[in-house]
Amino acid sequence: MSTGRFNTSFLPSILAILLTFMSFAGAQAASGEGEEFNASEVILHHVMDDHIWHFFDGHYGTLYLPVIVYTEAHGLDIFSSSNFYDEAHKVVPYKHYVLDHGHIQLADAPEAYVLDVSITKTVLMLFINAAFLLIIFLSVSKAYKAGAKKAPKGLQSFFEPIILFIRDEIAKPNIGAHYEKFLPFLLTLFFFILFGNLLGLLPGAANLTGNIAVTLVLALFTFVITNVSGNKHYWKHIFWTPGVPLPLKFIIVPVEILGIFTKPFSLTVRLFVAITAGHIVMLALISLVFIFHSYYVGIGSTIIVLFINLIELLVAAIQAYVFTMFSALYIGLATEDHH
Amino acid sequence: MDLLTPGSGLIIWQAIIFLLLLVLLRKLAWKPIIQSLKIREESIQEALDSAEKAKEEMAQLQADNKKLLEEARQERETILKEARTVANNIKDEAKQEAAKQTEKMIEDAKNAINTEKQAALSEVKSQVAELSLQVAEKLLRNELKDEKAQQALIADFIKDVKLN
Repeated sequence: MSTGRFNTSFLPSILAILLTFMSFAGAQAASGEGEEFNASEVILHHVMDDHIWHFFDGHYGTLYLPVIVYTEAHGLDIFSSSNFYDEAHKVVPYKHYVLDHGHIQLADAPEAYVLDVSITKTVLMLFINAAFLLIIFLSVSKAYKAGAKKAPKGLQSFFEPIILFIRDEIAKPNIGAHYEKFLPFLLTLFFFILFGNLLGLLPGAANLTGNIAVTLVLALFTFVITNVSGNKHYWKHIFWTPGVPLPLKFIIVPVEILGIFTKPFSLTVRLFVAITAGHIVMLALISLVFIFHSYYVGIGSTIIVLFINLIELLVAAIQAYVFTMFSALYIGLATEDHH
Repeated sequence: MDLLTPGSGLIIWQAIIFLLLLVLLRKLAWKPIIQSLKIREESIQEALDSAEKAKEEMAQLQADNKKLLEEARQERETILKEARTVANNIKDEAKQEAAKQTEKMIEDAKNAINTEKQAALSEVKSQVAELSLQVAEKLLRNELKDEKAQQALIADFIKDVKLN
């Protein structure tokens, strides 16, 4: 059991290195076809969302994900994203739709609004992440239900200290007496981000928590919970800051109102940047090999990427902690009782 | 830039999935886990408290035992002392009784001896008196065995009797 746990923490880093090699095998093959190696394109392709999930080159290397689009003109349409690609993996139009740099547009009206709720790479990653969370924590909770007074064992004993940490070090000190109401949200948030971060380091995995839409929604949850549970002191503090002279209130109040929105914004950007930047750094270092066509650079950048990967494991945990901690802090500020 | 533009589809999916996850995990995982942790913490606290209490009780019990033992020893001591005095008393009494008895016996013996002596003495006296009488008789018989002697004596008596 203990070796299994040991592996789970090291697996992502080892596999992430494999991933980078695998991805660049593809990149090299592409450049072998006479195309110039474009590092920024490769990097962005890895970091961003897509309608296909590309693992490796070849017939079976790509997973074509379902496209679900809604337009006013044509209603709801569901089809496979493989329709957008021909045998040579070139982008082709399908029915009324064209794929333009990852965006689905109407062929006859490119400006028309297309609601694209496709199961993209990131959405699938989201499903995988959610499945992981459910499987793991339902089994952990089963262990608790089996015997509340028994000593923890297995998965349960691995996650218990983390759960206790969130309860005792994040929720209790930041929120105070009524922390228990918000604890399920904080736990879900923490483990969603942590698992997303770690899974994102796996080879071929999608960049879930480094996607700004994902971090935005997470921050919006904190935003909604904070403002919905905000008490009258919180709102009074914002709209009529006590202890400030009247003329200053005209400056302070707009700042306070702005502050309501800068909090979720900072949460959104912090997580997005931390995770995406980590991926970009690793990919850029690997790209060096293909830019310089040198074994020495390859050895050097592999070693550096290994260490960056280890740092990324740390960042994965730190960012999950920071997001949860700030969420708890904001909730705590909105719900604390003033004297 | 695309990287910085949140996709509307992903926002919708993320919102749905996270909300679902929140509801499901809250009901099926976090609530029972938090509850169990609380129960376990309480039971651990209880166990610690009761262990502490048991320790105190143990100490109390030991102190009590010691006290009891001390008391028992003292009691034994007093009982032994009492027994000794009682035994001594009995011994003394017995001694005194024996002495008294002996004295009494000696006294009785003395009395008996005295009585015997008196009896013997009176016996001897009467025997002596009888013997004296017998001697006197024999003497008289010897003195008065012939007529003349008898006459003489009678004459003597008559001589004395003529006085009146």
